[in-house]
Amino acid sequence: MSSGERVYTLIAELTYRCPLRCPYCSNPLDYQERKDALATSDWLRVLTEAEALGALQVTLTGGEPLLRDDLEALVAHARSLELYVTLITSGVPLERPRLAALRDAGLNAVQVSIQAPSADESDRLAGTRSFEHKLEVMRWVKELGLPLTLNAVLHRQNLGSVPQIIALAEQLSADRLELANTQYLGWALVNRDALLPGEAELALARNAASLAKARLKGRMEVLFVLPDYYSDRPKACMNGWGQRYLVVTPDGQALPCHLAHTISGLEFQNVREHSLAEIWQSSPGFMAFRGEAWLPEPCKSCDQRQLDFGGCRCQAFQLTGDARATDPVCSLSPQHGIVQAARLVAKAPSDLVPLRYRGSRQNVATPKP
Amino acid sequence: MIAPSARPKLASKAMLRRDKQTGKDVLLYPEKGLVLNATGAAILRLCTGERDYQSIVLELSASFGESAPAALEGEVESFLRTLAERGLVEGLEP
Ligand code: SF4
Ligand code: SF4
Repeated sequence: MSSGERVYTLIAELTYRCPLRCPYCSNPLDYQERKDALATSDWLRVLTEAEALGALQVTLTGGEPLLRDDLEALVAHARSLELYVTLITSGVPLERPRLAALRDAGLNAVQVSIQAPSADESDRLAGTRSFEHKLEVMRWVKELGLPLTLNAVLHRQNLGSVPQIIALAEQLSADRLELANTQYLGWALVNRDALLPGEAELALARNAASLAKARLKGRMEVLFVLPDYYSDRPKACMNGWGQRYLVVTPDGQALPCHLAHTISGLEFQNVREHSLAEIWQSSPGFMAFRGEAWLPEPCKSCDQRQLDFGGCRCQAFQLTGDARATDPVCSLSPQHGIVQAARLVAKAPSDLVPLRYRGSRQNVATPKP
Repeated sequence: MIAPSARPKLASKAMLRRDKQTGKDVLLYPEKGLVLNATGAAILRLCTGERDYQSIVLELSASFGESAPAALEGEVESFLRTLAERGLVEGLEP
């Protein structure tokens, strides 16, 4: 094991099931064919092993983690290991007594996502009615004394409402607001032409976010994440492949990133067959892009390589077919043209580009804004 | 200066624990963590919301063998203010 890598955060994807159907979902495209195979005892062991490897935080996510009825037991165990436990939820289905029980079991923080700041828009984007209930859930989170992160996934259909999203976050007394642009992987890549914003809209939203950030300092942390497509340089994927994060999927695969299994040709191991330590330290999937030896040109001789590690492997694979390629988001990539072409499409009006909902096979036309 | 009667406490989003791998204390909060030095950890252990600022500074001076609490006070204040700016400490106003 080369120096430096250590599990800091375990991302536990407890189930693929979810009552919503967001068109930018990052779950696998074939999620309906996959099963949640891990039993409660498997997850308890995964938590224990992750903590032993150094994990300080665990994020419980999915799908919708509330759909597992052993959630309380998992939270309690994580907390007994002194892990900082964050629940990422759509808020559906959740009632106040259960949230109180989760808090009493040791939950540290809750993140709720909204699709837009109004019921109509939000429900259209989520493909279900859920907005009013989410608001209620967020109020309970605060009433029960838990810190609240409001997360809004941004794209061209809701980017203009960033000021209203900020106002909503303030009204709810959120502790943290994540304005995260969709990254174009998985379902979002299928829908890219309908979702990728133009540069001008993006600049406006970004500006609103930085004003709010300064104004709310100390009360609310405001985070704005650009879509990779508009950065000159790729972001440092999860602080480097197999460096700090460990993801376990509902079927038990251990991955360096939640989309790593979309890269064909990589071999990942299952927590039902191997210990987490074995997987982290020596499995081929984790070793594949660890360190610098694998880097292609122009990354190999680039002075940015320790900052961004050549970018996102999943993006390289999904856009170029080669997971070892330089991330095409980088302007130095020989395949940067792919991203430039997508930016051009994003300048055109999008009213008529259909959205494909997670879980549906037919196209659903989107109404005009 | 922070008022002597203020009762600083960790915000509900922050959790203090020992990192077993390094032996250092860390302050965890959503998506992040801060590694604390011994002084920082000692300060935060006293920020329970029950003790007032004056007694916190006195106790710290005693435990660091510092005869002039005023010398330490500036350090404690700037540490707490930095954390308050990140929303990790509350109650700096009495
Ligand atoms: S490889 Fe890409 S998708 Fe995976 S974590 Fe890194 S940046 Fe994200
Ligand atoms: S060439 Fe590679 S290392 Fe350099 S900035 Fe681009 S992606 Fe990063």
